Amino acid sequence: MTRKHDITLTINGHDHAITVDARRTLADAIRDQCGQTGTHIGCEHGVCGSCTLLLDGVPVRSCLIFAVQCVGVAIRTVEGLAQGDELHPLQRSFIEHHALQCGFCTPGFLMLAVGILENEPDISDADLRAALSSNLCRCTGYANIVKAVRAAADELRAGP
Amino acid sequence: MKPAAFEYHAARSVEEAVATLAEVAPDQGRILAGGQSLVPTMAFRLATPEHLVDINGIEELGRLAVEDGVLSIGACVRHAAFHRPVTDGGLGAILTFMAGHIGHYPIRQRGTFCGSLAQADPSSEWCLAAVTLDATITAQSTRGRRTIAGADFIQGIMTTALEDDELLVETRIALPAADTRFGFAEFSRRAGDFALAMALVSFRLSGGVMHDARLGIGGAEDHPRRIPQAEAALDGQPPGSQAFEAAAAAVAAALDPMEDAGTSAQYRRELAQCLARRALESAAESAAA
Repeated sequence: MTRKHDITLTINGHDHAITVDARRTLADAIRDQCGQTGTHIGCEHGVCGSCTLLLDGVPVRSCLIFAVQCVGVAIRTVEGLAQGDELHPLQRSFIEHHALQCGFCTPGFLMLAVGILENEPDISDADLRAALSSNLCRCTGYANIVKAVRAAADELRAGP
Repeated sequence: MKPAAFEYHAARSVEEAVATLAEVAPDQGRILAGGQSLVPTMAFRLATPEHLVDINGIEELGRLAVEDGVLSIGACVRHAAFHRPVTDGGLGAILTFMAGHIGHYPIRQRGTFCGSLAQADPSSEWCLAAVTLDATITAQSTRGRRTIAGADFIQGIMTTALEDDELLVETRIALPAADTRFGFAEFSRRAGDFALAMALVSFRLSGGVMHDARLGIGGAEDHPRRIPQAEAALDGQPPGSQAFEAAAAAVAAALDPMEDAGTSAQYRRELAQCLARRALESAAESAAA
């Protein structure tokens, strides 16, 4: 019988006190024990990117990190993007550029894009395309996703 | 698709990590660094370690420094640390270019340079760098510290010189002479996929001819290695298509490539030959550091 761990996860600024097995991934803990189901789970082995979220400001696969490793770390998920009724510029841009079809990959793409643009606001077109190749969209709507992120990058850089 | 149960140990110092590892290694205890290879393997239940010793909380292992002519890379330095050059000149630039070929952007935020060496995947960019650039690897256990040369460290597919109770604490790469030129080329079928072959080269130029040539091939055989026949074809020759073709042909002749369902040995051999030539051309084009 392996030991249980009492931990607190800080998701979008809110603390969630939970008890986990060490083997529980962050993605599972967030969805099943913290009720934050915006983060999706696809492949569970780090290939599809559906579970991408931000850990201390950098985008990571939450299926490749254990919840027990994330104590004292600022976790940001898609639920934290909008401010009240005001959508994040990337969310608005995804709507305007038709960057989602079935929507399953969208939370992962949004958090990937937020992480890229916060860390590299002046990213080149080529580097942006390479970085966005991290995640899979099985509707294959990549062209519009690239357009949406490019437009949001330009908007964010121009300032409010 | 869920990892099997294990006991989790968060180490706060290198001493604590190696003491815990010494205790749990006989029970399939392993080090957890970036986890970007280990955790997927656990999700598939190909790896079922009963203990994981997490070293991510050990501050000193995040050290990345250039001093006394040596680049030191601690066990927890992420691939993303190389997104921008970590040192002036050709070495920093080539490591940045190589880093861009590793997995994908989020993987590079977690995965570590040293973890890549400990994993010893045949298609690892950093394993090729460690072998070609003569890195020195420091391993620590409760029995003490020892250093291992890059070429001796990597022994085969996912096989290294590390003992079960040893932690790879640091990799050191001597800074090259300022006039060293570097080139790298890799081929994979999809962005972020495992490379089918890759080549890393460096040489210096004086009096219009190359010397101190290094040429390493990764991804083609079960572990990366330098190809001395190809290096001999470069030393003393002026950089240009004649020497580069001769070195690339020497690569093709020397290799004993792996085969898999989608890739014949002949295909990998020709790929390595082509990539060696491209890496050499790119080294010739790069401004001297």
